[in-house]
Amino acid sequence: MIPVSFDYQVASSVDDASRLLEQGGEAAKLIAGGQSLLPLMRLRLTRPTLLVDIGRLAELSYIKKSGDGIVIGALTRHHDLEYSSVLKRACPLLAYVAGLVGDPQVRHRGTIGGAVAHGDPASDVPSALLALEADFVVRGGKKERTIAATEFFTGLLETALRPGELLTEIRVPRLDANKHGWSYQKFRQRAQDWAIVGVAAVVEKENGSINRAAIGLTNMGPTPLRASAVEQALSGGDATAIGEAAERAAGEGDPSSDINGSADYRRHLVQVLVRRAVEEALSR
Amino acid sequence: MATQGAERYVGGGVRRKEDPKLITGQGTFVEAITPPGTVWAVLVRSPFGHATIRRVNLKPVLGAPGVVAAYSGADLADEWAAPLPMAWPVTEDINIPEHWPLTRDKARYLGDAVAVVVATSRAAAADAAELVEVDYDQLPAVVDVQAASVEKAPLIHDAFGTNKCYIWAISQGDVDAAFAGADVVVKERYRQQRLVPNAIEPRCVVVQSVAAAGEFTMWSTTQIPHIAKITLALTMGIPETKLRVIAPDVGGGFGSKLNVYAEEALCLALARRLGRPVKWVEERSEAYHSTIHGRDVIQEIELAASSDGKLRGVRVRLLANMGAYLQLVTPGVPLLGALLYHGCYGAEAYSLECTGVFTNTTPTDAYRGAGRPESNYAIERAIERLAREVGSDVVTIRRRNFLPKGELVPSPAGLQFDSVDYEKVLDRALEMIGYDDVRKEQEARRDGGDTRLLGIGLSCYVEMCGLAPSQVLGSLRYAAGGWDAASVRMLPTGKVEVVTGTSPHGQGHETSWSQIAADALGVDFEDVTVLHGDTAVAPLGMDTYGSRSLAVGGVAVHFACGRVIEKAKRLAAHLLEVSPDDLVFEAGSFSVKGVPAKAKTIQELAYAAWTAHSLPEGEEPSLEATYVYDPPNFTFPFGSHICVVEVDTETGKVDIVRYVAVDDCGTVINPTIVEGQVHGGIAQGIAQALYEQAVYDDDGNLLTSSMMDYLVPSAVEMPWFELDRTVTPSPTNPMGVKGIGEAGTIAATPAVINAVVDALWHLGVKTMDMPASPENVWNAIRRAKGGN
Amino acid sequence: MNITLTVNGVQHEADVEPRTLLVYFLREQLGLTGTNVGCDTSSCGACTVLVDGESVKSCNLLAAQCHEREVTTIEGLATPGELHPVQRAFTEHHGLQCGYCTPGMIMAVVSYLRENPAPTGDEVRHALEGNLCRCTGYQNIVEAVLAAADDLRDAPASAS
Repeated sequence: MIPVSFDYQVASSVDDASRLLEQGGEAAKLIAGGQSLLPLMRLRLTRPTLLVDIGRLAELSYIKKSGDGIVIGALTRHHDLEYSSVLKRACPLLAYVAGLVGDPQVRHRGTIGGAVAHGDPASDVPSALLALEADFVVRGGKKERTIAATEFFTGLLETALRPGELLTEIRVPRLDANKHGWSYQKFRQRAQDWAIVGVAAVVEKENGSINRAAIGLTNMGPTPLRASAVEQALSGGDATAIGEAAERAAGEGDPSSDINGSADYRRHLVQVLVRRAVEEALSR
Repeated sequence: MATQGAERYVGGGVRRKEDPKLITGQGTFVEAITPPGTVWAVLVRSPFGHATIRRVNLKPVLGAPGVVAAYSGADLADEWAAPLPMAWPVTEDINIPEHWPLTRDKARYLGDAVAVVVATSRAAAADAAELVEVDYDQLPAVVDVQAASVEKAPLIHDAFGTNKCYIWAISQGDVDAAFAGADVVVKERYRQQRLVPNAIEPRCVVVQSVAAAGEFTMWSTTQIPHIAKITLALTMGIPETKLRVIAPDVGGGFGSKLNVYAEEALCLALARRLGRPVKWVEERSEAYHSTIHGRDVIQEIELAASSDGKLRGVRVRLLANMGAYLQLVTPGVPLLGALLYHGCYGAEAYSLECTGVFTNTTPTDAYRGAGRPESNYAIERAIERLAREVGSDVVTIRRRNFLPKGELVPSPAGLQFDSVDYEKVLDRALEMIGYDDVRKEQEARRDGGDTRLLGIGLSCYVEMCGLAPSQVLGSLRYAAGGWDAASVRMLPTGKVEVVTGTSPHGQGHETSWSQIAADALGVDFEDVTVLHGDTAVAPLGMDTYGSRSLAVGGVAVHFACGRVIEKAKRLAAHLLEVSPDDLVFEAGSFSVKGVPAKAKTIQELAYAAWTAHSLPEGEEPSLEATYVYDPPNFTFPFGSHICVVEVDTETGKVDIVRYVAVDDCGTVINPTIVEGQVHGGIAQGIAQALYEQAVYDDDGNLLTSSMMDYLVPSAVEMPWFELDRTVTPSPTNPMGVKGIGEAGTIAATPAVINAVVDALWHLGVKTMDMPASPENVWNAIRRAKGGN
Repeated sequence: MNITLTVNGVQHEADVEPRTLLVYFLREQLGLTGTNVGCDTSSCGACTVLVDGESVKSCNLLAAQCHEREVTTIEGLATPGELHPVQRAFTEHHGLQCGYCTPGMIMAVVSYLRENPAPTGDEVRHALEGNLCRCTGYQNIVEAVLAAADDLRDAPASAS
């Protein structure tokens, strides 16, 4: 179908976007790649009256090293993350997960900022960013603030973004190949589908044991979430601790039952996937 | 045989004639057709599975931007001379509901069309359709075929006082005696889940009229322009001579376009009322409601056998979900498999009873295989169950029961199977898969406690296609015949036009029919053009479905060529002043026996027939002939498929690691096209086994109403297919051909599910529901382990 | 609103409603009907075209978003008298039956082979995860892509 009529404005800068968004009020929406938004608009499930197109803000598309981290412009496309040599070396988890989003055509348009700001619990990128303990830089008017990933996802498709604010940058740490292991386990039936359950793991290793683990879960509740009980159980343990720690994943989150899987099944699946993720993270 | 020259093209993987336009974006699919002045129709559909319609208020629409007209069912009531067609009243006492393009009293399924809005643009029509106000009183819905069968169930059609549509039964031999005397009885219950065909091209209809002449041209995404023309002429009260139906390039059908739909009638009615071209384009999410679904049958199959696994009797009961209305052949679909539930195996007695039931769902109808995937699934699952009951191997039990090899073999249900040789395909498939080695690896994984278990599944099938001898169709109460027609015209320039009554939509008839004609006439493949899919160009035909095209329409081409050659021969004899008996026809040339220099090419004869300056006494000008072929029997292709799966017992995920298919469809015209048909068929069979399912909730909401929720598999989910074939020509027709369009689908589904069950049997998993999704498999393992 | 964009090498200026999807702009305003629509959820990929050389789903993109961009459709792929190697491979390997998904398939492949000129069969399958075909079972499509990749590597200058 064709979306309902709307006004369309191209933002010339972040400030401009922020201003247009505020002027547009409740029914204004940002569009970057539009890969999640446009299908909803075509089915007329979403009916914004104003679209503010930030897709031309080239200044928000970058992947750069910065101190002990990497900073990524919000408009960097999944495709750019997937193929980024910087990311592949310094934060391979994110490059890998970007390559699992949708399909190549979607990755040519969809942006990391869009995936984060949409706040979809079934999206792979947010849980990976949770496991990476990313920070999000947001701007509203002249004000800029930084929100930790753990504070960002507040409810189903809801985030800590305030009216008129937009996400401008994502900051992730550099993973040290000698120290950090990582994995993302995406479980779905078809390659192009959203995850039934996904598990992101970043493990800090020392002499074969786990100093610290950060686990992000996809589609295990209304928001992407951290599996803190699992992380605690893993902390200081070795490979033998994984099985029991993984079982704790069943208690994390509040998964829904839908056409793709019951809550029961998701609670089972998450245990298997956490175990596999941590094992793989430890092994690389 | 008419083919007297060497076979230059038949049997070769000739490059398709259809391709050049399709790979360059120059195909003409219906949506590309927009005559000047076209207005766009959008339908307003019920958001409820079952509801009384209190009021349809179109006033808010009529002033909206771009709106040309808006109508409710009542507004258009006088447009219809008859309800939408239903061509297969399978029993005398079948309940046939009146099915109107727009419903007036009740919405009987989610998506039942209630009103239509017409506007000057696609967007305006979509906007205006939202303004239609319909007052519904929601009624309790019933979507499950079993729930709809009980006495207190909500009635879909009140007038019948029941949801039962019909009961059809057949019995051969003494079934009770076979079961009473059996050492072993296996009783299985399977569910053929509801499927959505999902041709990648959604439906589309464009109608243009010449009002003064009362003429209508309809372009439609249809597999059946000829049947659509006749039936819509009756529904619309348009003389058949004034309705032309064109199926240009059609983007896949799989049965979903083997139908006559409300939107076709509506566009005709709107064009008639408005005097403007009218266009309707189906949205994909709309298509999940508005285009027929497939399968949705509950099957009970019982096998009676002796202790060594020899089959004695087969008893089947089916509960078939019709949906809310009867589409073109809805009631007949289960019957297309009703005589095949014994599979490739002999039995002394056979019975089947099928009950059709109405529910608050989209009507079902033919979907690739139509009845035969269902029957083959049931027998191939049950025979493996029987093997396990009697302690036999799944290969041995099949060999023990195969029908004997032969040219014409009587089947337990009373059919005559042509060119039977089931051992041969099974042998080859076992050899290709390396059966013993795979079994060893399977055992090793089990013994090693591997969480990724292997399973091996077989499927030996025989199917029935080449629809069909008209007399048989008549005895099954089908409303039409099963013949098909071809005209072959030699043009004065030596080129050839083949006019076919089949209506391809991906099958490559332009190529295969050209191969047949080029070889028969001894002309170049490039010189043959095949015309189809337009009732003004190819007025005589029965269209494309049920793997019938080659075995009926292709054979008609062969016979029509024979008639052309006969006439050409008389003309050659006349011009060469010899007796026809003195001529030999070779490589497109008639020459005098022993005097090769004295010859006329068929092109020369075509020119001579066109100038008509010197014809034999009583001969008509022009070198052309028509043949209408009514086959004496169905054809019965067969094959053996073997699937090896890996089941992740922790997650329940099934991966196909190997897939071997050995098929026998008789003589092959184009091996490349045949392989393509097998690939695509297997893919749809695998899709049913592992991925696809239309799910309704209890209120009649379709939960899988987009391509995001209904899992049409992609390249990633498909295995590499390993194909081979045997060739056992059919004695039914002179070319020895059968059909191959549906064989892959018929074979694949039980091969996959048998493999899954085989992987998990030792864990106590005795059965498996479809689709064998990860969660279903995980649940089956969990239940077998005694969990909850 | 007014947009300017280049389609198959020809610059177009057009007045479009903001809600106009690129695919309908191409089909209905420019008459380029080779790009098909198969779904409304960005699932099937039939509508795939190139924007600035990369595959995108044109039913999931506003024409307005393509202002000042370069669009290539199936009609713009072959040079006169010569098919693009990917088109040629599709017909040589019987990678199409009904042909409805084919333009999108081909455009997705053209884009992919620029990113990965020497893929394995499994990589090709993943590259096509967003393009559904109901006819072929995909095997011949994968074969076609592998053949086209070989062909393009042998003669990279002739078609990129």
